[in-house]
Amino acid sequence: MAIEARSVSKKFGDFAALDDVSVDVASGSLTALLGPSGSGKSTLLRVIAGLEVPDAGDVFISGREATALAPQKRGVGFVFQHYAPFTHMTVWENVAFGLKIRKWEKDAVRSRVDELLDLVQLAGLGKRYPSQLSGGQRQRMALARALAPEPEVLLLDEPFGALDARVRVELREWLHRLHDEMHVTTIFVTHDQEEALELADSLVVMNKGRVEQVAGPRQLYDEPANEFVMSFVGSVNRLDDGWVRPHDVELGHEPNGSTREAQVLRVVRLGFETRVELEREDGQRLHAQLTRDEADELELRDGDIVYLRTRKTRTFSR
Amino acid sequence: MTVRTLSLAYLAAILVAPVSLIFWRAFEHGWHPFWAAISNPTAVHALKLTLEITVVAVPLNTAFGVLCAIAIVRHRVPGMGLVNALVDLPLALSPVVVGLALYLLYGRSGWFGGWLNAHGMRILFAYPGMLLATTFVSLPFVVREVVPVLREIGTEQEQAAATLGASAFTTFRRITLPAIRWAVAYGVVLTTARCLGEFGAVAIVSGGIAGRTQTLTQYVQASYENFDQTGAYAASVLLAALAILTLLLMTVMRHGDRSS
Repeated sequence: MAIEARSVSKKFGDFAALDDVSVDVASGSLTALLGPSGSGKSTLLRVIAGLEVPDAGDVFISGREATALAPQKRGVGFVFQHYAPFTHMTVWENVAFGLKIRKWEKDAVRSRVDELLDLVQLAGLGKRYPSQLSGGQRQRMALARALAPEPEVLLLDEPFGALDARVRVELREWLHRLHDEMHVTTIFVTHDQEEALELADSLVVMNKGRVEQVAGPRQLYDEPANEFVMSFVGSVNRLDDGWVRPHDVELGHEPNGSTREAQVLRVVRLGFETRVELEREDGQRLHAQLTRDEADELELRDGDIVYLRTRKTRTFSR
Repeated sequence: MTVRTLSLAYLAAILVAPVSLIFWRAFEHGWHPFWAAISNPTAVHALKLTLEITVVAVPLNTAFGVLCAIAIVRHRVPGMGLVNALVDLPLALSPVVVGLALYLLYGRSGWFGGWLNAHGMRILFAYPGMLLATTFVSLPFVVREVVPVLREIGTEQEQAAATLGASAFTTFRRITLPAIRWAVAYGVVLTTARCLGEFGAVAIVSGGIAGRTQTLTQYVQASYENFDQTGAYAASVLLAALAILTLLLMTVMRHGDRSS
């Protein structure tokens, strides 16, 4: 294991940011800490980096006890949500900082920084100051700076949070490629389930300072451990008789034994996907997710009466 | 437009007219009397003493001011709110009161004065007392300039430096200090100006002995009281010139700050 957190607790005043959290992160993995704001995911990341000291519990990095270790000595690279660029240094100097601290030879610093600027596609921008970069470029500079001293672990706090939607998707793909090339154990914090499902090979779902489930993307979606995970990861209908994913709702014009009657309230066309908002005969509202072709075939109009069948309904014991 | 006219008129009446008058009176009879007045040994000594106090008080308050600002902003220690308020005390308190307080502490019958006197250390009517008084009154400026800047830059850059392996001292030297350098520079300029111009507190603790414990401001007063108007005006011009020089320095630095 690259990182192990054992029964970590951390309080800020009365607020329990982390409540007996244990997490294992495999070497070389790309792990997402996923949860709503206030779930403790950023605090856990900061505890791993040594930027917060836990009230209880232990942290191991590469098998070494690190709980009381200063952040300087953890061999961890950290990318802050707002990148924390050194504003009075050029891009080049920012990336070189960790190497100069470690007293690398001048030539080694130069070749390492140049190599990284190349890697993050900032070659040629080394003489600029952070204020002269775009958000995405600043993010990549922060990444190069964190990677420069060859950390064992790379930690990213909401790495795409401050970027606009298009840049975000580009950087996501780029980070994935980067991880494939570098194989450095990476943990990133996000509240965006799509981002987590797309990037991570392992997801840690957190809520109210606790870990709700640890699983791969597919298992997390198909076999959520509880109601929280079911509702937080992917969209869902909550009905009296259980939980059902919108794409597990089938619609037809004819009743048969197991179907229930419902009225179409609204048909929303979202490109390839069509969302149908429905009200069942017992007054419960839900929505179905169809492909465009399926929806076209049914010729659904607002106000239509349809018959619905749910493929997979889940119930959770409380 | 009217606002501008009004404020310019105000500045002219309150600031420009009196200062110009000083310059005019000092050079009324040409360069020669001016030069004679400021090159007399008492005046030279007063200028030297003022500078000697300034070059010690300014670094002292700069080092303390930066440390104090960091303590106020970065360390959530109980009592820091009180420190924050106390720092402003020299701005609120009349320098005369400061002088009197030092007198009570270090005078012959004061708390420390008796012991220090018995051990042959002279604080009052000597350089140490004048330095103490000047340091006291010029204390807040660096703190007040640095605190808001430290608040604004936040702690993320410092934390980033820590995760990159920088020690606390290296982080301070390479990250924090460059980020607050202009604030420190303004603070130093203001502190310097305050030290050069200090009169009230020093007047009480120095005794104002000509040629020994007389600062430039006291020299102005003494000359004026002795009907040596040329001497008073000449020394005033010297003080004003030093003040203008520091302010010019500040303007130049502001410019540098904006362009960086």
